[in-house]
Amino acid sequence: MDPITLLTVVVLAVFVGFEVVSKVSSTLHTPLMSGANAIHGIILIGAIIVAGQALEPWLLAVALLAVVMATANLVGGFVVTDRMLKMFAPRKPAGADTKNDPKGTTK
Amino acid sequence: MSLLSAEWTGLLYLIAAVCFILALRGLSSPKTARRGNLIGAAGALLAVVTVFLSARIENIPAILVAIAVGSAIAAPISRRVEMTQMPQLVALFNGVGGGAAALVAVLELSSSESPWSKVAVVFTMLVGAVSFSGSAVTVGKLQGLISSRPLIFPGLAIVMGGIVLVALVAGGFVVATGAAGWAIALLVLGLLVGALLVLPVGGADVPIVISLLNAFTGLAVAASGIVLGNLLLVVAGTLVGASGTILTRAMASAMGRGVNGILFGAFKGGSTAGSTTQSDRPVRSSNPEDVAVLLNYAQRVVIVPGYGLAVAQGQHTIAELATTLEARGVEVVFAIHPVAGRMPGHMNVLLAEANVPYEVLKEMAEVNPEFKNTDIALVVGANDVVNPAAKTSPGSPIYGMPILDVGEARQVVFLKRSMRPGFAGIENELLYDPKTTLLFGDAKDSLTKVLGAVNAL
Repeated sequence: MDPITLLTVVVLAVFVGFEVVSKVSSTLHTPLMSGANAIHGIILIGAIIVAGQALEPWLLAVALLAVVMATANLVGGFVVTDRMLKMFAPRKPAGADTKNDPKGTTK
Repeated sequence: MSLLSAEWTGLLYLIAAVCFILALRGLSSPKTARRGNLIGAAGALLAVVTVFLSARIENIPAILVAIAVGSAIAAPISRRVEMTQMPQLVALFNGVGGGAAALVAVLELSSSESPWSKVAVVFTMLVGAVSFSGSAVTVGKLQGLISSRPLIFPGLAIVMGGIVLVALVAGGFVVATGAAGWAIALLVLGLLVGALLVLPVGGADVPIVISLLNAFTGLAVAASGIVLGNLLLVVAGTLVGASGTILTRAMASAMGRGVNGILFGAFKGGSTAGSTTQSDRPVRSSNPEDVAVLLNYAQRVVIVPGYGLAVAQGQHTIAELATTLEARGVEVVFAIHPVAGRMPGHMNVLLAEANVPYEVLKEMAEVNPEFKNTDIALVVGANDVVNPAAKTSPGSPIYGMPILDVGEARQVVFLKRSMRPGFAGIENELLYDPKTTLLFGDAKDSLTKVLGAVNAL
């Protein structure tokens, strides 16, 4: 890919990132961190690509290790963020929230 | 062969990238946050399906097994982890993400030809490795496996500078020769840099480090996208890098310190190290019944929760106490310092877990002017974030950190485990103030007793 296109994308993404995140309320900083954390787990597709092209066994082994790690990052990140955000969900007035699982342990 | 043309692949990746942006944007309000996160997860799923259909992928069964293994490890942990341990988990996932990026870069080294693609490989390996080992040390510190006190030895700055220099040289050789030996040396050096970067950081500054390492991993992922020519990785990584940078700076300013000061403070000797010795100056301690009376007959109570509350798992009890007092006509709000807990916004999550509505959680700037109209400031398991030394004693390690002005309240009640100084190890003058009352004991225990006494009134 030509460097200028890449640079354009990077610069625009930086601005989008700054713009979007500066609007996040500090109440949600922990979910923001874990959500952003989940997003960089998308390195999984990079890991899949190198694993899919690995011809020697040891290269494949390293690539598969990367797949496992990236999956843990991606899946774990989204699951735990969802669990946290569920707790921030707007509640019905007191007494009506018995359906809410206070610990957020169920799926 | 691939089922999807390059155009379709690019389009699907673009959709995934938009999903990620929407995921971050959803976090601007608790109302839209959860939906946003689900959109982000859908985008990730779309991207993973797309990669299988678009590129020439061999070894598909093995890859699917690896994905299943990764999910099987991460999902149960994520479901079960205590909210108090959230920082460790985020650091852990961040570390494996950075590690994965570094490994991808190593494997791509042989197939990258242009010099700037090799530079991106080197950057990914180095930053990914730093993120991996830095996160590992962070997890160790948070879990108590490693001392949370700054770990410093003489000549640390020189050693660190030397290693960074050697790493840069090794990186240069990797770019020039593409030799695997140099690449492995570079990885090892990156791991060393990460460990040495985080070990000297004091426990109180760990939240900022997590955020910074998160940004690092984002940048490593973006660089790996450049290596692989994959725009989705570039966009997603850059988004995370940018957001992590903003968050890190916001956190650092909430503590009144520069990011450099936190990372390199220990190198210059201006560390957060303090004393852990107990003081034997007189304080006014009290019993749960008296505290209950104070609270019950107040008009306005501001609760300042700290990590001690979370450690004692007292968030449910304090939520109940707040509800009880409100039912008696006492106005109760929670004052949340930005660095209360072990990561940015951690206390909000803990209180949300205990069903405290987010409307009564006040930010520092909002609540500070209100302390002078407050009858009781109830400080539970917090210390450094209310320590007036941050304003009054320029020599103190926390000098300049914005604090919650609980000293302005008519009376202050501290629920503390002991007289030992807080995480940052600095003595708190407010504890000896005549209008301060102390109730010693485990936070949950004390709260349960106070709650019982309030109910008995």
